[in-house]
Amino acid sequence: MAKAKNTNRLDVYKTFKLYIGGAFPRTESGRYITEETHKGAFVANICRASRKDFRDAVVAARSAHGGWAARTPFNRSQILHRMAEMLESRRHGFEHALRERAGYSKADAGAEVDAAIDRLLWYGGWADKFVQVFGATNPVASPHFNFTIPESTGVLATLAPKDAPLLGLVTSFAPLIVSGNTVVAIVDHDHRSIAIDFAEILHCSDLPAGVINILTGYRDEVLDHIGGHRDVDGIAVFDATAEERKSIGIEAADTVKRVHFYDTPKGGDWTADEAQSPYWILPFVEFKTAWHPMGY
Amino acid sequence: MGKKTTTSVRDLLFGDLWEYAPAPQSTDFVDLDDAYGHYIDGEFVDVGAEDSFQTINPATEEPLADIACADEATVDRAVKAARKAYDTVWSKMPGRERAKYIYRIARMIQEKARNLAVVETMDGGKPIKESRDVDIPLAAAHFFYYAGWADKLDYAFPGAQVRSLGVAGQVIPWNFPLLMAAWKIAPALATGNTIVIKPAETTPLTAMLLAEIIDEAGLPPGVVNIVNGKGETGAAIVNHDDVDKVAFTGSTEVGKIIQRAVAGTGKKLTLELGGKGANIIFDDAPIDQAVEGIVNGIFFNQGHVCCAGSRLLVQENIHEEVIQKLKRRMSTLVVGDPLDKNTDIGAINSREQYERIAELVASGEDEGAEKFQPTCSLPDSGYFFAPTVFTDVTPSHRIAQEEIFGPVLSVLTFRTPEEAIKKANNTPYGLACGIWTDKGSKLFRIAGALKAGVIWGNTYNKFDPSSPFGGYKESGFGREGGVHGLLPYLEVR
Repeated sequence: MAKAKNTNRLDVYKTFKLYIGGAFPRTESGRYITEETHKGAFVANICRASRKDFRDAVVAARSAHGGWAARTPFNRSQILHRMAEMLESRRHGFEHALRERAGYSKADAGAEVDAAIDRLLWYGGWADKFVQVFGATNPVASPHFNFTIPESTGVLATLAPKDAPLLGLVTSFAPLIVSGNTVVAIVDHDHRSIAIDFAEILHCSDLPAGVINILTGYRDEVLDHIGGHRDVDGIAVFDATAEERKSIGIEAADTVKRVHFYDTPKGGDWTADEAQSPYWILPFVEFKTAWHPMGY
Repeated sequence: MGKKTTTSVRDLLFGDLWEYAPAPQSTDFVDLDDAYGHYIDGEFVDVGAEDSFQTINPATEEPLADIACADEATVDRAVKAARKAYDTVWSKMPGRERAKYIYRIARMIQEKARNLAVVETMDGGKPIKESRDVDIPLAAAHFFYYAGWADKLDYAFPGAQVRSLGVAGQVIPWNFPLLMAAWKIAPALATGNTIVIKPAETTPLTAMLLAEIIDEAGLPPGVVNIVNGKGETGAAIVNHDDVDKVAFTGSTEVGKIIQRAVAGTGKKLTLELGGKGANIIFDDAPIDQAVEGIVNGIFFNQGHVCCAGSRLLVQENIHEEVIQKLKRRMSTLVVGDPLDKNTDIGAINSREQYERIAELVASGEDEGAEKFQPTCSLPDSGYFFAPTVFTDVTPSHRIAQEEIFGPVLSVLTFRTPEEAIKKANNTPYGLACGIWTDKGSKLFRIAGALKAGVIWGNTYNKFDPSSPFGGYKESGFGREGGVHGLLPYLEVR
């Protein structure tokens, strides 16, 4: 057993990189953003993701989509559950990070981690239920069996909330991946390192590579590239500005992308009940209706 | 003795021996005005100082009526009327009362069904048997279906509170004029919204007859406003500041313009756009039934159908048999006077559309595909296009990629189910697909893999008000029909 000694030990800085395709590459651009704690102390030189990083992440998300969408809903549910377990067992690290880096109080940090864990569990439970709630068998007036099911839209970009470094990120992808979408999350706020800490949770939750990709950087820098990317099927936007609503909407029209601007809960309180809903799954599903004749 | 095939024994090509006797639908009871303006705030507005244009019968090229073309000021009046009706009457009315108004519309469409069918055929060129048996009954059924939802919205979406949006601006196409009006108006009314709708400029007449029905049904003034006009009028509706919801059915090209136009405005948008549907025939399919499905898939309504099965994917080993049977079946199709009850393929909706079809057919020949048209005599006047099938089509040909919106089928082949899926999905569109196979497990597997909003298994071009309709990818977003068809007109919390 190690004995405590009174030494001035120098701690080891952690390098925070991007999370793309189940790996942690540095940004191809070689650029960085220096992140500081709320008190101005050095945290890390964080990767400043480029448009090329975004394109690489879309490639990863596209190649992951077929497999993720084809997983059984039960399996997707298990994997979200696993994320919740992983976060629970590492909760102190996140509470510490929220307090030290982002200036949370002890109680607020605990509340954000609690909510993030519970939200993952909650959406995980929807994976094998939302199809029943939002699908239908349709009583057509002819001898046909007719039913409607929701399916994932495909590859999505999500612009994560500008607050709540942990819970905001969870809130921005959980309702999207439940149905089988894959996601490239753009994280742009003062505590991006926490998103990359969370990538490590994803990395050990049996989540297939490429289902969630996390880029730290600036929204403005990649924004027009997202709307114009032909292999992005939809854009989920949190905490959108008026200009973003307009510019994203215009760019998205080139390929008739689905765009949804999620409401920020009152007071920016992402722990609120209104910040999670099965109806938050719906903007990024496609309803497929199938007909078949009935007879001998 | 020559080789005898079983199929030749069954050949009974009456069309080669006898002509069908004419079976004309009478039109003497049709009483159209010389000119139609708009229906705004419960009043019929005459053609005034605005521009006007003629709507013609595409089967005869003769004018039917003068139609007013609404300018921005007229659209503004209509939106103001809709807003007032929303604020003062419609949003406050109990759902059960709204329902009864919508039921009235449904009943009156049934009462006037034959008149509506005849006018639909005269103005749009579709065969009377289709307007009579499909368009008008489905339009009435759509109003019936959504009427019933008006006082049951609290049960539609579990755990959520729903609210109407306000004024809906709607722009509809010319291929199913009254039916598309029903698809737009019925759910909007049921959910408590008021409406400004613009019919297509080549087919405004049944919308004006619907205005008369709405008037007779006693809907409060301003709840439904119908303005006529062309693209500029549609743009004025879409861009009006006081419109809360935009619903558009039409081309992908215009849909993208609208999506850009509403960006950043907070208007809720649904788009039902173009398609290039694959109709996939496997070698274990009942071939004769499949051939009927192919014909229905592409020649229904002259192929003016966004969900038409315009790309035929045939498994390679049955290609010859399917094409032979298809050609034989095509030679029995009756092309001509849309008002004749025997007619299978009526008139192309407009000269403009005729020219677009002709241009794409020419491109198919230029690019090296093999064209077949049965011998059939086409009327001297009017816009008629013989049913056409192209074989030797490659996926890169324009006729395999672009929406033709006419009676033109492009045939491609495949060997494996995986190849069929890949080829079917190889398009920016994703509206509808057909699958023909006798094997249930294969059908479900393929249906799951196709990126399309409607999948017809061993059938094609079936529609029902309870069945959601709409596209994946560049075929648009939002659904019309069914409980899902309520969503575009509600705020759900």
